[in-house]
Formats: sequence, C-alpha cells, structure tokens
Amino acid sequence: MHEVLGTTTEGDLIINVGPQHPATHGVLHLVITLQGETIKTVDPHLGYIHRSIEKMCESLTYRQFIYVTSRMDYLSAHINNHACALCVEKAMQIEVPPRAQYIRVIMDELTRIASHELWWGAMAMDLGAFTPFFHAFRERESINDIMEENCGARLTMNYMVPGGVMADILPNFQQRVKDFIKLYKSKFDEYNEMVTGNVIFQSRMKGVGILKPEDAISYGCTGPTARGSGVSCDVRKYMPYEIYSQVQFDEVLETGCDSFARYMVRVREMNESIRIVEQLIDNIPEGDFQAKTKAVLKLPKGEFYTKVETARGELGVYIVSEGGTTPYRIKFRSPGFSNLSVLEHIARGSKIGDLVAMMGTLDLVIPDIDR
Amino acid sequence: MMTQDDMKALLSSLFPGVTFEEGTEWLTMSVEPGGWSVITQQLRHHEDLLLDYMFCLTCIDWKVHLQMVYHLTSTRFRHNLVIKSKLDANKPAIGTCSHIWKTALFHEREVYEMFGVRFEGHPDLRLLILPDGWEGRNPMRKDYDDPVNMIRL
Repeated sequence: MHEVLGTTTEGDLIINVGPQHPATHGVLHLVITLQGETIKTVDPHLGYIHRSIEKMCESLTYRQFIYVTSRMDYLSAHINNHACALCVEKAMQIEVPPRAQYIRVIMDELTRIASHELWWGAMAMDLGAFTPFFHAFRERESINDIMEENCGARLTMNYMVPGGVMADILPNFQQRVKDFIKLYKSKFDEYNEMVTGNVIFQSRMKGVGILKPEDAISYGCTGPTARGSGVSCDVRKYMPYEIYSQVQFDEVLETGCDSFARYMVRVREMNESIRIVEQLIDNIPEGDFQAKTKAVLKLPKGEFYTKVETARGELGVYIVSEGGTTPYRIKFRSPGFSNLSVLEHIARGSKIGDLVAMMGTLDLVIPDIDR
Repeated sequence: MMTQDDMKALLSSLFPGVTFEEGTEWLTMSVEPGGWSVITQQLRHHEDLLLDYMFCLTCIDWKVHLQMVYHLTSTRFRHNLVIKSKLDANKPAIGTCSHIWKTALFHEREVYEMFGVRFEGHPDLRLLILPDGWEGRNPMRKDYDDPVNMIRL
C-alpha cells in the first residue's frame, strides 16, 4: 500500500501533510493513513531538499567541505562546522590552541541557545500561540547580532577552520555576551509564564507521544529526544571534546517519556548552556586563534570518526581517506534522520491533532535529514 | 567496559572465522556477508557485549567491491565496535539487521537507493530520499555517470 491519495482498500483515509505546510518546518512530506481521527501509519517521503552533500564533498578539498555542512542543520551551523574541523584535526593530529578552544565552545553554546529559542517559538506557534514566537526571536536576534559582528554572517557562519577559528573575536565580544546573558536571565521567567505553565500547553503535551527508553536507543534517537526518556546520551559528557571536560554543567534528563518531558529537557538545556558561557566568557586565554597548518591539507590514509552534540542530537562525521587532498568517502550521520524514524512508532494509535505536538518536540530540521 | 584485547578474545571465541584489523581507533572486525545475520543476535544480547546502539550504517564503494560498515556501541559499557563486510560489486546483498536495531530501517533504505545493496529480510525496502523512477540508478557509486553532469570527480 503506497498510494498517496484517496482511500485504502480497508476504507481508511490517506492524507498528505506537507511538503508545503507551516508546521513541518521544512519540506517534509508525511503520508498519513487515518481511520476516523486515529493515525494508523505515518510514512515520511523525504528528498525534497536533497543536495547530495556527501557526493559533493568527494570533490572538495578538506578546507572547502566544511562550509557545505553549515547548510545541513542550519540552526546549529557552528556545531556542524566544528565537527568537521575536529575530524580533520584528529586525522592530521593538529593541536588546537586554548584560545581557539574557548572561542569555539562559547560559539557552540550560543548557537545551541539560539537553536532552542527558535524551536521554542516555532513549537508554541504550531500549537496555536503566536506571541511566544516574537519573544523567542527577540533573544535570538541578540545572538545573531553578536555572530554577525564576529563571524560575518547570521545563519551560516563559516567560522571554524581545521586548527582553530578563522579570525579573532572583537574586543567588545566579552561585553556583548555578558549583556546578552543579563538580558536572557531577565526574560527567562516570561517563557515559563507563557508556555510551560500554561494549562492548555500542558494538556496538549502531557501523555502525548510516549517513547520508551529501549525504543529510543534501538531507533537511534539522540539528543533531547532521547534524554526526555531518561537515556543518558550527551556526547559532551561521555566522550568530551575540546574543553567540555573542564566546565561544570549537568546533563538534563527527564523520565516522563512524553512530549512534555522532551520540551522540558530543551528548556532546561538553555539554562545549562548559559551556565557554560558564564564560566568561560571571563577566562578566555591569550594566544593564537589558529594553529599553524599547511595551505593544502592531505589526510593520511585511513578512516576517522568524530561525534559532537548538536542542538538536535549526535552528529557523526566519518571520513575515509586514501591519502589525497579530497576525501574518498564522507558520511554524515545526522541526528534528525534517526529521530524522524521514530515518528511512526510514537504516532501510531494517537489522534491527528497530536501529530503536531509530536513533530514539534522531535525538533526536526529537514535539511539535516535529507543532506 | 571491555578493553580492545578482551573484546577481541571474546569475539574470536564466539564467532570463529572473523578477522580483525590492526591499528584502528576502535576494534574493527570483518565478517563475510553470509555470516552477518548469524552474529547480530549475539552482539546485541550477549551479557558482556550488549551493543544496543548502532550509531552509523554506511557503505563505501571501492570500485572492485563494496564494503558495508556498521558502527556499534553499548550504552551500558560504553565500548565500541566497528564491523565491516565485503560485498560483490555486481550483485551486492547482505542480511538485514533492522529487526535488531530499528535505526537500520531507514539507514538500509538509504544505502539501498544510493549503492544498490539488497538487504534480505528488510520489511520495506524502497526508495527513501530519491524520487520515483530512480530504481536501478545508484548515485553514490563511483562509476555513476549523470548525463546532466552536475559533479565531475
């Protein structure tokens, strides 16, 4: 049964959600079979934004391919670039100077906050409230302004290079980030008042989309999707990279297994990211912002895998090199791909109105899935 | 958490006939494609292995043959294992593991459409990312020639 229109032989209704739909946040086409209002199957049709990034990277040099990846999960663009730079550094055994490590982690955490802000605003808008969207974007604009001044762009920042960062931070960077932290802390209670404590949101999200921990691991879910079911999977904790082993932060776990638990994980993660930035912002060491590397990089023959924690989950970069200036094969293990595969499992049997709450808390960014 | 040597000894005793690569970051094991379905159950449920999280499933085209690469880890013990399997380039086929690790449901569909590998026993093997009409054409293969010539390697 792979029809995309009409009714099945059992008399169920087939409807299409997307690819143009305000709630799917990207071009996701779901073919849903309904019996009355109950969902029977959910079949994602992907590929509307497939740009063959993996094949393209086979013809780009090791300095060039990093910038294509910021288009994959564009809300965590810094973190994607960071993963690729880490993989190249691991392969060539390049030592990153401490100043660059601090700058990279601060940029990563600011990106994580910006991504969760957008998620929060968009999720509330999907469920029917328009006001939180503007509040979320007010904070996100402050972060985007900082990024624009230091990195040159607001969305696809292209700031990381193998060996460090592309340019040094501006002298007013620390003051700007501290002003942002003060602004964020003064506004955070509004979030809880508007959305988290709201009885309508709570009844729309509690008990919806139950994902048991064994299923989360089996389907390969990572990030807040799995942490909402109590699975401890933060790459920054169990396989720390850069200076994450030296900062104090908690891994946010909830045991509710439903959409509300996943929602609370992300809201609390924003606070943890603020904690990390506060610890680092005053202690950026002096020194180089980039290690000395050759202009043309050639990786040794072999294969290399690096994992980082993006705002959506665990991103893996797997490079197979034959010793030349371009990779032989690159595979990007994207978190959204596995998170989407669990949608059918949690949506089966629930009502069509709950589908939007489930998709919202899975936090899907379709370019990340299609690559 | 088992060290690489302990895991190597355990795997050699459980599955005679597998070979290991030297000098890799994580223990890398090579199996025959016919033997893959036999060992998946043990990898997942053996009390000292408990490799329950498959974090990467991919394929590499080496022109003379294809190679499947599976990356597994245990959320309990935090040890990693990489499994590779050589497939015939003309008729690549291997057993599915989607009944053990459900993440393979999507990943195997992607490898099927991009490389042409048939996964025996997969409940729903069809195109995932490519649109209809791309059956038989495998874009990630090295010998794939696109008449529109978007990418020249």
